[in-house]
Parts: sequence; structure tokens; C-alpha cells
Amino acid sequence: MRLELGKIKINDVQFGEMTRVEKGILYVNKEEIVKLVLEDDRIISARVELARPGESVRIAPVKDVIEPRVKVSGSGQIFPGTINKVKEVGSGRTHALVGATVITCGRIVGFQEGLIDMSGPSAKYTPFSETNNVCVVIEPVEGLETHDYEAAGRMAGLKVATYIGEAGKNIEPDEVVVYETKPVQEQIRQYPDLPKIGYIHMLQSQGLLHDTYYYGVDAKVMVPTFMYPTEIMDGAIISGNCVAPCDKVTTFHHLNNPVIEDLYKRHGKDLNFIGVILTNENVFLADKERSSDMVAKLCEFLGLDGVLITEEGYGNPDTDLMMNCKKVSQKGVKVVLITDEFPGRDGKSQSLADAVEEGDALVSCGNGNVIIDFPPMEKVIGTLDFIETMIGGYEGSLKPDGSIEAELQIVIASTIANGYNKLAARGY
Amino acid sequence: MEKIKVVHYINQFFANIGGEEKADIEPEVREGIVGPGLALQSGLGDDYEVVATVICGDTYFGGHIEDAKKTILDMIRPYKPDLFVAGPAFNAGRYGVACGTIAKAVEDELNIPVVTGMYPENPGVDMFKKDLHIIQTAISAADMRKAMPKICKLAKKMINKEEILSPVEEGYIERGIRVNYFNERRGSERAVDLILKKIAGEPYETEYPMPVFDRVAPNPAIKDLSKIKLAVVTSGGIVPQGNPDRIESSSATKYGIYDITGMDSLTKDKFMTVHGGYDRAFVLENPNLVVPLDILREIEKEGIIGELANYFVTTTGTGTSVGNAKGFGEEFSKKLVEDGVGAVILTST
Repeated sequence: MRLELGKIKINDVQFGEMTRVEKGILYVNKEEIVKLVLEDDRIISARVELARPGESVRIAPVKDVIEPRVKVSGSGQIFPGTINKVKEVGSGRTHALVGATVITCGRIVGFQEGLIDMSGPSAKYTPFSETNNVCVVIEPVEGLETHDYEAAGRMAGLKVATYIGEAGKNIEPDEVVVYETKPVQEQIRQYPDLPKIGYIHMLQSQGLLHDTYYYGVDAKVMVPTFMYPTEIMDGAIISGNCVAPCDKVTTFHHLNNPVIEDLYKRHGKDLNFIGVILTNENVFLADKERSSDMVAKLCEFLGLDGVLITEEGYGNPDTDLMMNCKKVSQKGVKVVLITDEFPGRDGKSQSLADAVEEGDALVSCGNGNVIIDFPPMEKVIGTLDFIETMIGGYEGSLKPDGSIEAELQIVIASTIANGYNKLAARGY
Repeated sequence: MEKIKVVHYINQFFANIGGEEKADIEPEVREGIVGPGLALQSGLGDDYEVVATVICGDTYFGGHIEDAKKTILDMIRPYKPDLFVAGPAFNAGRYGVACGTIAKAVEDELNIPVVTGMYPENPGVDMFKKDLHIIQTAISAADMRKAMPKICKLAKKMINKEEILSPVEEGYIERGIRVNYFNERRGSERAVDLILKKIAGEPYETEYPMPVFDRVAPNPAIKDLSKIKLAVVTSGGIVPQGNPDRIESSSATKYGIYDITGMDSLTKDKFMTVHGGYDRAFVLENPNLVVPLDILREIEKEGIIGELANYFVTTTGTGTSVGNAKGFGEEFSKKLVEDGVGAVILTST
């Protein structure tokens, strides 16, 4: 499967009469976005606001972040099974508005939505302080049940991103990157002397506001399966969850999965990237046993020499991470884990909730419990009403002047456990 | 300018009182420097003054830890020190334990910077490395010349409130405290390097060695439940409406004990959950899903259990550190025992 990804660099976002891209500037039509969001009668009002790098802006509570993309050629359309019909994606050509995002925010669904600062000392913890963000602030109808509210918010973001992505269809990209993985036997033959590497992508599926969708299928009802790495770049996987904000693998991060990106960079040079094994993180022990058995079986079947494993969330999914690590290692396949740490505010407790001796090679994505000071911002997109009950917040977190003291885990994707960031923790 | 006041702790050997035969001497305090205090004073420089030295025999300290700690703290207090240095103890085991114990007590009670030094295999290291900065020394006192300047350098940084850098940079023994930093390369890139090294059979280093957990063996089964007072302890975040004690939705720093006297079930108008790690919708409708008061009352009436305690203990499990959880358990289990509770149902979510 071969995908050409055309990257259209976006340096600024502005309101305009027509949604379009011109000379690196994304113009968006506010009214059309609002109209699109209000098609869903679960949403009573919507507002569009822009947030650019360096502005004194705080966005909260953030539900999802999505990079606008569009299929230019090849099978299927962007976000198959959710926005568009189910149809295999991952081949042909896709255009991405790199440097632009759609951010959905508004009144809290659970406790798990987070915040983004566009400037100041806390901005460095989230990649979205460096992107030009179209923020869609939604207001649900009175009394809307939380699951429906989550679904409405999720679909609103995907719809707006798809709409904006269309603007990139006929634009000449600044850069075109080609990604290709062949059917397994052919792929092995292409680089017979290089180590065969796979990626085990654990999708958050604890259920009930902790879900991820693959071609529209809720990950908790699927069994582990194989995916070509390029499928994810066309939106085959979308986030429908509200895990702890720091850990959230936003839809943006699925589209821009760093493990896939970095394995492709070395593909054919010092490794042979065979593909992605998708699995889930269900809460029942039987599910955990079944899924990890099948993950190990797929590794064996594909003849892999080594795998990287990432997780989403902490605590309960650490068990899935360790089961996968143990069972895959027992098949003779080498394992490296990527995850983040929660050793308590003093940094002295165990960073993980589970451990196996096979987990002897781990990459740290940072300690989410560290307390951070967030200075006041001139503008808030969304609301700070929920800061003290959001994950990472506590009594007294929000000060009268609008500054915040909270654990780092309140920041969206700050310690994301897939290696997207440079943040790491070490022993002191 | 007033000098920064320092108190130094050493054992009988370094005070030139004697070796093993004098190890049982009781604590004493002397004005100014004694023995290695000279190196300490010169390392700290003219802005500092070692105002007193406390000396105690290692055997005495080991045999009277609580008394020695109290006496020594009382000796130190009147000097109103700004800094406390113990040892270094090198590989002397009892001396290391004494240095660690007293340094921790001074840090806790007087709230001033403390530094000590030990050889990595000194038993004092494992006992106190999480609490203290212990400069890594060689095995014997021959290393004093090198160890003391490191102790002084770190102590001065603490006094000046400068950032304490990593163990390698400062020379202290790794404390097992996880601190954030920005690596030059993102995690996924480092992971690719790591897997290629591992496959090639080259040496590789994990960024986080697997943690070790306490495993608590379950107590033997209860023979006769009908005579037992039962309590419920939960990490499912059930609290009275409004969360009066403001228990956090994650990374809990507190727990609550809430009364259920005279209630047949937990009703949604009186109770809710603040847990941030699961979907609360169903539990908000019916808090008994997490604290099953309704069923427990039934079996209490039926005589299957002797009695239900008139309260439940609760906190939030999401991301709550093992350290905090252990602290909660140690505290409330005393109350449970005092109240005659013979069995506990732990509900997690």
C-alpha cells in the first residue's frame, strides 16, 4: 500500500468569506462552520474562535484536536466509517493542512478534557501551541446525556475538519512524502537483511467515554488485527475518548502517529517496517488475556524481530501493556515500550501500575504528576469553570486572577505515551 | 553580613574520641568545628560558619534511635542553623544509618537543607536516598578530600536555592525521584534506536527500570461472617453530594470517611462520585454500584454478616500514587481496627 502525503504548510489562520488556502494562510468561513455544527440537533449553539501561536490565549476544556486532510486520489475518503462511507483508505494521494487544526471545546463531558496555552511557560508542553487552531466551542442542549454529548462533540470536530480539509484539495503541496508498505512476503523480500519491525498500537477502549474507532468500529468490540501503516494517515482511526488529558491520543495524533513516522524514516535503511498490529485496552481480564494472546500470535505469524508498543492512558492499561510485553517477548520477539509516568507529585512512587521483568527497554514520555504554574491569559476560549475538577486540577487550582496551579496532566497530550513529544523523565 | 550557620554531625571515630570501644558514647555538642569540620568549613568558605558539631557513638545511636534523635535535635535547635551536614559516613554502616536518620529528622523538624555522604553500599543509602541528597563517596575516609568539596558545593546550591541538577552532574546517589526534562529527540525516535540495539544484541539502557511493588498476602478466610463487623473501603470516588472534602478526581491527596448510619442504600440525591477514570453516568444514577450499601444492609438483616460499620472510607484511585495510597491505608486501618472492624470489602473501579 502506497500513499503520497502532500503537506500544505499553514502559517496563519484568518476568518474569510470563503474557506480557502492562499499563500500559506488558511481562511475560514465562520458561518458555514457554525451551520455545519448545528446540523446536529444535540448542539444548541456553536462559536468559532481562532488561536494562533504566541497569543495570550487559553483553550479549555479541549475535547479533540484534528488536522484537516482531504483525499485527492485513491480508494475511499477521509475518516472512513465515521464521516465518510466505509471503504479502505491508505493509498493514492492525500493532502494535509500542516500547521492548522480544528479544536473542539466546551462544557465538560467528564473530567478528562484538558487545556492548551498558546503562549507562556506552559505552552511548551503541548504541540498545539505551535499550530494555528480553529476552535469550535459547542453548547449542548439542556440535559443532553453525557454519551450523546461526547458523540455530538466528536462528530462536530470531524465534520469541521473534513470541511476545512477540502480547501487543500487543489492546492500544490509544499512537500510530498511517499510512504509504502508492501504485502508481508513482498515486504520481507524487499529488504531481506534488515530487521523486521512491527508496531503494536494499543487503542484506548475502556468503554464509556474511553473509546477509539477503527473504520467506525468501536475498538473494544474488535479483536487484534493487522493494519497497513498508511491507513491511519487517512483517518482510519479516530479518537472518541476522554482519557486523562495529558495522555489523550487526539485524532491529530492518530493522523500523525510518531512511531509510524519514525519507523518509515528508517525503513529500508536500517530496518524493515512490516506494519501495525492494532489492539485494544478493555477492562475485563478475559479481554486483556485474549487480546494479548492474539497480539503475540500476530507477531509470531508475521515473523517479526522486534516491536515497539505504545499505550493510551495510565493505570488500568498498564496491565495490557505489560501482558503484551510479556507474551510478545515469550515468542522470541524483542520489545521496546513507550509510555509516560505517574510517580506522584513528589516523584517518589512507582511510575507504572504494573510491571513485568521483560519490560527492560522503556522510553519515558515524562512524569504527568509534576505541578505546573500557568500564568493568566488575556483570553479564554471555552471556560475555566471546570479547572478544579478536571484531571490534574484540585481544590485551589484556579486563582482569582485566572492563573492556575495544576498537575501537568491537565495539559492536552503533554505526556502522550506514543513518543510524540521530547519531554521525558529521568531519575534524580 | 551575618554568616550562614551550619551544624555538623559526626561519630566518635571522626571526633577522635575512639574506635569501636568508644562507640557507645552518648550525644554531645561542641562549639565550632571538630575533625572533618575543618574540611567542611574550608569548602563552604567565609560566608558560612560551622557553629557547632554534634558527636554521637554509632552503637549508642543504633541502640537508642528515638532518644538519640530527640536529644540531638534539642542540641541543634538553639544554634538556629541554616544548613545541616552529616558525615560523610563512607562505608560505615551504623554511622551511615545515624547520618541518614538525623539528617532526615533535621529536614523534617527544622525545615533546612541537609546533605550527607555515603558509599553506595552503605545500608543508610537504601534507607534514606529517597528523602535525602547523599553525595556518593568512595569506600573509606581516604576519600574525604574529594567527598567534602562535593558536599559543600551541593549544600551551597541548596542555600542559594539554585536548581539541583541530575545525580551525575551533582555527584549524589540517585534518589529514585522522577524528574522531567526535554530530551533532544522525541520518544518515538529514541525507541527506534533502542529496538535496533536490542535486536543487534548491543548494550542498551532503559529510561525507566521496572518498579517493584509490595505484594500483600491475603489474610486467611473468615470462618464465621455472622460475628464479623464489616466495612467498605473504596477507591471509586464515592462522596456525599458536593464533595465536602474536595477529594480530587485524580491523584488523590486525601480520603474521606462518611457516615451511613440508618441508611438502607446510597441514594443519588445524597451521594455522587468524583472519580476521573471511569464513566460516571451509571454510578451517579446508582452509587450502590460502587459502595453496595443496599445489598450489605440486606445481608446484615439476614444475619449473614454480624454488623456493618456505620461509615465507609473512600478515595479516588485514578493516578493516585502508591505513596499516597499507602499513607491513607496505614492511617485509616488503625481506625478500622479500633472500631472493631473484622473484615473489609475493597471495591475498585
